Amino acid sequence: MIRLQGITKRYGQYAALNDISLEVRDGEFLALLGPSGSGKTTLLRIIAGLAFPDKGSVTFNGEDVTDLKVADRKVGFVFQQYALFKHMTVAENVGFGLSVRKRSQRPPKARIKARAEELLDLVQLGGLGNRYPAQLSGGQRQRVALARALAVEPQLLLLDEPFGALDAKVRKTLRRWLRDLHKQMGLTSIFVTHDQEEALELADRVVVMDHGVIEQVGTPEQVYMEPATPFVSDFVGETNHFADGIHVRPHDLDIVAADGLPVVVDNVFRKGGAWRIEGVCAGDRVVELDVDASLPPPSPGETIQVRPRRSKAFTPTGANSHDHA
Amino acid sequence: MEIALSSPLQMPATPARAARPRRRGRSVIPGFGLTMGLTLAWLSLIVLLPLSTVFIRSAGMGWADFIAAGLSPRALAAYRISFGTAFAAALVNGVFGLLTAWVLVRYDFPGKRVVNALVDLPFALPTAVAGIALTTIYSPSGWVGQLFEPLGIQLAYSPIGITLALIFIGLPFIVRSVEPVLEDLSADVEEAALSLGASPWQVFARVVLPAILPALLTGFALALARGVGEYGSVIFIAGNMPFKSEIAPLLIITQLEQYDYAGATAIATIMLIASFAILLLINLIQAWSRRRMQG
Amino acid sequence: MNTLSFLRARHLLIAAALAFIALFLVLPLAAVFSAALQKGLEAYGTALVEPDAISAIKLTLLVAAISVPLNVVFGIVAAWSIAKFDFPGKSLLITFIDLPFSVSPVVAGLIYVLMFGAQGWFGPWLAEHDVQIIFAVPGIVLATIFVTFPFVARELIPLMGEQGRDDEEAALSLGASGFQTFLRVTLPNIRWGLLYGVLLCNARAMGEFGAVSVVSGHLRGLTNTMPLHVEILYNEYNFVAAFAVASLLAMLALVTLVLKSLLEWRVGYHHGSARH
Repeated sequence: MIRLQGITKRYGQYAALNDISLEVRDGEFLALLGPSGSGKTTLLRIIAGLAFPDKGSVTFNGEDVTDLKVADRKVGFVFQQYALFKHMTVAENVGFGLSVRKRSQRPPKARIKARAEELLDLVQLGGLGNRYPAQLSGGQRQRVALARALAVEPQLLLLDEPFGALDAKVRKTLRRWLRDLHKQMGLTSIFVTHDQEEALELADRVVVMDHGVIEQVGTPEQVYMEPATPFVSDFVGETNHFADGIHVRPHDLDIVAADGLPVVVDNVFRKGGAWRIEGVCAGDRVVELDVDASLPPPSPGETIQVRPRRSKAFTPTGANSHDHA
Repeated sequence: MEIALSSPLQMPATPARAARPRRRGRSVIPGFGLTMGLTLAWLSLIVLLPLSTVFIRSAGMGWADFIAAGLSPRALAAYRISFGTAFAAALVNGVFGLLTAWVLVRYDFPGKRVVNALVDLPFALPTAVAGIALTTIYSPSGWVGQLFEPLGIQLAYSPIGITLALIFIGLPFIVRSVEPVLEDLSADVEEAALSLGASPWQVFARVVLPAILPALLTGFALALARGVGEYGSVIFIAGNMPFKSEIAPLLIITQLEQYDYAGATAIATIMLIASFAILLLINLIQAWSRRRMQG
Repeated sequence: MNTLSFLRARHLLIAAALAFIALFLVLPLAAVFSAALQKGLEAYGTALVEPDAISAIKLTLLVAAISVPLNVVFGIVAAWSIAKFDFPGKSLLITFIDLPFSVSPVVAGLIYVLMFGAQGWFGPWLAEHDVQIIFAVPGIVLATIFVTFPFVARELIPLMGEQGRDDEEAALSLGASGFQTFLRVTLPNIRWGLLYGVLLCNARAMGEFGAVSVVSGHLRGLTNTMPLHVEILYNEYNFVAAFAVASLLAMLALVTLVLKSLLEWRVGYHHGSARH
């Protein structure tokens, strides 16, 4: 179990992290989600030992590791740009962590080679051990980086925007694959992402961050359905903003015959199994709603009436959800 | 406003161009004939033709004479001095040049910009000025020389002095060769190695050094090539005693002053061959490194 | 890196590097000025206005004024032919252009003696027509052109290569002639690389010693450039005068370094890469 307490990190006047406290449970897949500048990567690096906080502590299973060097923390870190050793083969990359151990703890060369092959099989790159990183695709390189981090049997796996540099299709495949791998291994993993879709799909719990503070910690369901702050409501999933701090998700708006909010339709297009209707309501507010595609959609220029099925109101005193029957 | 696109834009047609058949592979840009012609002419006139005189003269000398002049005991001693000191200097520069490049790329400190500019001083400073300055410093009564004089070690007027001068000359080659590669070696690779449990020394020896090796070797070879042929900065500090501290370029000049054109040419030929050999070596290193990086 | 353990090593490494730089680079520079001013400002000034020193300065400037522009023109022409077109043997051509860099300066002087000296190829012909190249100014100019030959070209070739042909092709498609395109499109694009190359070319042209020493004949007041004059004064044990003239060259070197650095910081120009 990892506990962060009162973590603060400043760069000059700028507070990258402001009094962050968090508990990471054993075996969970945790996402640090937020826009750039939210401090999520800084936090990850502090957990890893690649950066050190100005205030606060980091403990692994009760042991204070705040000042411990990264090499002594037994964490596996997967970098955004993979950071593979270009002059070594894939197998040598994967075996690197084992080959730099102190003589007394270092396994024999044959064992290192075997372990590297084991891991390459695990990440489905078996047989590619003799290639060089330059000969692999982006997705393959990412898997090598993962295998390399896992080779040293870390107690914690940390991933910094692992799929950021890959194109959409590869990203989707690797996401699913990483999720399965985690289920298989049960290793505590923390990953950083700015992609809320990714966080919702992969994580057991999501930590939503902005400007160095934690906005909300919860399961994907919780942060999506019960956003604690306007920021979370905005950042996670799509939101319509109405007056008085009322937020409604596009799929929570229905078209009604009467007694609704008038919206002038601008544009209609297919989004998956629904019609996405974009329009404007009073006060030039943009409204987006999703309607079942089995029904005929309205045409641009038409005025429709919409009513929310479910909304969230953010007032200075707190957040309230409303279910409208 | 609508622009009529009925007629396509045409290059102004000249009768001559229309008559000539279209050449494939020629760029649309004009001036190839003129610039290539000028380039080849100037290159041949200034560089290739004069350089060839050395080889033609040597060829006309006959084997026996060539060997007698180019590989005489005095000449061999001169090559040994020139090559030995250049090699030693390049080695020292290999270590300290790498250190300098590392410090310049990885760290910030006051005066860093000045140091960075100073690294190019040996390129900018006339060799004769460097020569007399270095001699003054390392002569028995000089700032540094006087420290070693009581120990009985003579710095100036000996091969040590030559090496010291060549260290000055060769320094920028290593630093400027290694710097861009170090810059490219992003910090995350080192962090990755650390996160996998490597000690700082292991990170350097197993991750950084292999990556910069081609650049280091290239810089070494460049410094070596420059050092072997160096004259101005060495001639004052060298002592110039035949067989002991006489560098090969000086031997060439001595032969010329005695109107021994043949002797001078023979030695020059051997030095040119050595230069080209080092050039070839550098090209091979580059090719090897390119192949490595691209798998 | 913020790792504590690295902190101690970092200071050690910086100190070691600075010590090396101080010993091998700063010390010689300091020695030049220290020795030049050893007998005071007046002796320094006297040495510089001495007639032979003045003619050496004039000759150095003349040689630079001829060789630098010639090599600039060559550099532009060569870079244009190499960067804007495709043809076989390009890398061989570039290697040839780079040759003077790998040749010892003494050999560089020798080759012109072999061509134009009394026993050289053209020796008899030149003697017949009463033309002096070796042991006269033309020889010095030629040798200087040789050693400074690649400087401008090797700045412009990678620069123009990286900048590609798009701009020129755009200009041509708009109706510009080749020369107009060069003048108004190419030249502005390469101006910083050009300046950089000129700086280095000039520094070498004014400072060349070995090659000029061979072809010069060392005639006081006539065929001595500043570096050669420094040598003569030094060999006569006239140290203050020697270092006084040397200090002028050292100042030239410092100005070169400053301008070079300015180009790198302010403009962002870096050798071997293209920034518009």
